[in-house]
Amino acid sequence: MTELLKLQGLTKAYLGVIANDHVGFSIAKGEVHALLGENGAGKSTLVKMIYGLTKPDSGTMTLHGAPYAPNSPQAARASGVAMVFQHFSLFEALNVAENVALGMENPPKMNDLARSIREVSHTYGLPLDPHRTVGDLSAGERQRVEIIRCLLQDPKLLIMDEPTSVLTPQEVEILFTTLRKLQSEGTSILYISHKLEEIRSLCDDATILRMGKVVGTCDPKTTTARDMAELMVGETLHIPTREAKESGAELLSVQGIEFAPQSPFGTRLKNLSLSVKSGEILGIGGVAGNGQDELLSVLSGEAKAQSGSVVFEGQDISTLGPNARRALGLLSAPEERLGHAAAPNMSLIENTALTATIRKKLSKNNFINWSKTEKFAQEIIKTFDVRTPSANAAARSLSGGNLQKFVIGREVMQDPKVLVVNQPTWGVDASAAASIRQALLDLAAGGAAVICISQDLDELMEISDHFAALNEGKLSVPRVAKGLTVDEIGLMMGGAETSSDTQIAGHEVSA
Amino acid sequence: MISLIKRPQPSKTWMVATPVLAVIVTMILGGLLFAAMGKDPFVAIRTIFWDPLFSPDFAAYSRPQLLVKAAPLILIAIGLSLGFKAGIWNIGAEGQYIMGAICGAAIGLAFYPMEAWFIFPLMVIGGALGGFLWGLIPALCKTKFNAPEILVSLMLVYFAEQIMIAVSLGALRNPEGNGFPGSRNLAQYASSANPELIAGTGAHWGVMAAFAAVVAAYVLLSKHMLGFQIRVTGESPRAAGFAGVNSKRLIIFCLGTSGALAGLAGLFEVTGPAGQITTSFNTGYGFTAIIVAFLGRLNPIGIMLAGLLLALTFIGGELAQFMLSLPSASIQVFQGMLLMTLLAMDILVNYKIVWRKKEAV
Repeated sequence: MTELLKLQGLTKAYLGVIANDHVGFSIAKGEVHALLGENGAGKSTLVKMIYGLTKPDSGTMTLHGAPYAPNSPQAARASGVAMVFQHFSLFEALNVAENVALGMENPPKMNDLARSIREVSHTYGLPLDPHRTVGDLSAGERQRVEIIRCLLQDPKLLIMDEPTSVLTPQEVEILFTTLRKLQSEGTSILYISHKLEEIRSLCDDATILRMGKVVGTCDPKTTTARDMAELMVGETLHIPTREAKESGAELLSVQGIEFAPQSPFGTRLKNLSLSVKSGEILGIGGVAGNGQDELLSVLSGEAKAQSGSVVFEGQDISTLGPNARRALGLLSAPEERLGHAAAPNMSLIENTALTATIRKKLSKNNFINWSKTEKFAQEIIKTFDVRTPSANAAARSLSGGNLQKFVIGREVMQDPKVLVVNQPTWGVDASAAASIRQALLDLAAGGAAVICISQDLDELMEISDHFAALNEGKLSVPRVAKGLTVDEIGLMMGGAETSSDTQIAGHEVSA
Repeated sequence: MISLIKRPQPSKTWMVATPVLAVIVTMILGGLLFAAMGKDPFVAIRTIFWDPLFSPDFAAYSRPQLLVKAAPLILIAIGLSLGFKAGIWNIGAEGQYIMGAICGAAIGLAFYPMEAWFIFPLMVIGGALGGFLWGLIPALCKTKFNAPEILVSLMLVYFAEQIMIAVSLGALRNPEGNGFPGSRNLAQYASSANPELIAGTGAHWGVMAAFAAVVAAYVLLSKHMLGFQIRVTGESPRAAGFAGVNSKRLIIFCLGTSGALAGLAGLFEVTGPAGQITTSFNTGYGFTAIIVAFLGRLNPIGIMLAGLLLALTFIGGELAQFMLSLPSASIQVFQGMLLMTLLAMDILVNYKIVWRKKEAV
């Protein structure tokens, strides 16, 4: 295979912090090349340089053997480099064709564009109606808009930043088919992801970054996920192990919740029932937007379902607010770290007081004992290895992974009887994710019950003893997690009773 | 090339430094304005900022005015700041101020001419209650019907003004006033008077109340759970919901408290400096206090300083009009400049200015 893009000695520093230190590798024509690394390893910086969003301090890039130094994304696109971002930049009120036109330098007539969108989407197996409004599309369909926008420019190199984080297993399979087709036509793909299994099934070559440096390259098809993860974090991975435990008394039971959220964009929970016992971890899978936030809010007490629907240790708590539930021992950690689980501009100490004053007795007669609160904040920071300059740092100044460790730590260290978490390791690097999972496992081992809502199926398979899936506000009947196959999970996620005709992805997930 | 870089957290140093810098910049810009009008800028600035306090000719009169004018501003602004911190916008303090004055005055007038020690305390309670109830109306409209408190509280100001005119001409009119509108003079009725407590300072009960409110608000916001809930709600309503804050109760507390403090300010004004309810009793303290609250960064200590500063520019501005025959519009422009520069300087708290060489193309 001939070389398409070659990077040599790329170095970039931001205010003294070296984000990329003499990074060099090359991508062959028609190759799917994986770029692996923890959060903050320098992947984004590197990709930004390739896509012309920022310029390297030193080092050179060559494309097709000619020097390549784009000073804008337009220049990069003109040279045949296209990128699909993790966060979509689409206008929800416009339709697909209009959105695509907005990203083009010289958009053709709307009818011609709609025809070519249809052709390209048909050719690459990404069904998409150019006249649909983007606001009505699912995350997977929105990603197709972004991909087709790139494909219309006939790129030589397509950069994809964590493309599967928003997709169902079925959608992932469709995406992979498209990418393989592109590859067979000679397009190179630079594929950035945390998900090692995906990289193993898709990529031909992998470059691993750690602290801004290339620490290794490997053939992902022959290297194990564990070895790649170890290269990424630079230490032996602590894979959580589930200690088999007889589950005990029922702690929390939910009976037939009917809940209509106030927001018009929310999902209605329909006749949802579940129950968790002491020592149990119930994993709840499902694609985002199927009622995860709503389920968490009726369990945390932020929203109230009908009376009698939430029972904690035999007591009806459905009318109690979050603090009364905390007092009993039902704690939760919502998905959105900034702005929900933590107040962005407040310090970690203040954010500790957000949920911990009751169980940790941090206040007396409604006066907050700040020094005691600070002590507890320090304990969380220490125990959960939260990297922060101090406990006085504002929550928003922490990286996503560190803030997540703090949020989970804050709840776990309050010694809950039942803990409900939503997306506990979303956007968190491998080692932090492993320690968060271990904390949840330890909690269950200590006799608490954990409800873990997540979109990461590998994670759920790793820690849950029971598994259920949310689909349009309905929860499937929980099943013993051990031995479930991806096909079965896919069926549960698709709403088992109606999805006999659903196409199921055929690859195995390591349990 | 200048670029702004967001700070990881708001700078504490700049939070203190920007108001000072803003005052200096305003002095320079104002000086230019006065110079363009043909006045000596140094004399004008001195007349506004220095003479009211230290001029041998006027200070004896104008110095006590500082506290008299600052007290209602601070008292009202402290109440408003609690709501503003939580994202609850009470724009109608002027109305609550009027209603407090009317209710308090009505109690005093009902006892006239009886002399008793309990009359004034009763009037204080009445004043607070009047403002509280007036503030409760937007709170209940908000919690029951989700009506915007900004509009409801503002419209209630005009309602209160009409009530004030009606009682000045009717129920509370001085029967011995020869038919002129306005109540009896409460400052001249011993049991209801709110006199200067320390001669020559202007400090009446309202000044004491204002300082007490500053301390109470400081403790509430920094130590008390309720103050913490107020701050969290303002920072992030969702996080507040997660922390178990009852947002409806908080709305009622914030609007009720700011109403009560505004009502108190009205009561202290009507029993002291103003003396009586008239058709033109209110002079805009309730609106100016909004500026004071923001000028003081919604911080109790900051509000106290901002109240004093604004009171100073009022007194100094009047003096400059009178001494240098500056038009009153130019003084208002000057006060506007102060607010504008302060808001503009605000960017330094959250952003860092960085000089960067333009990247080579």
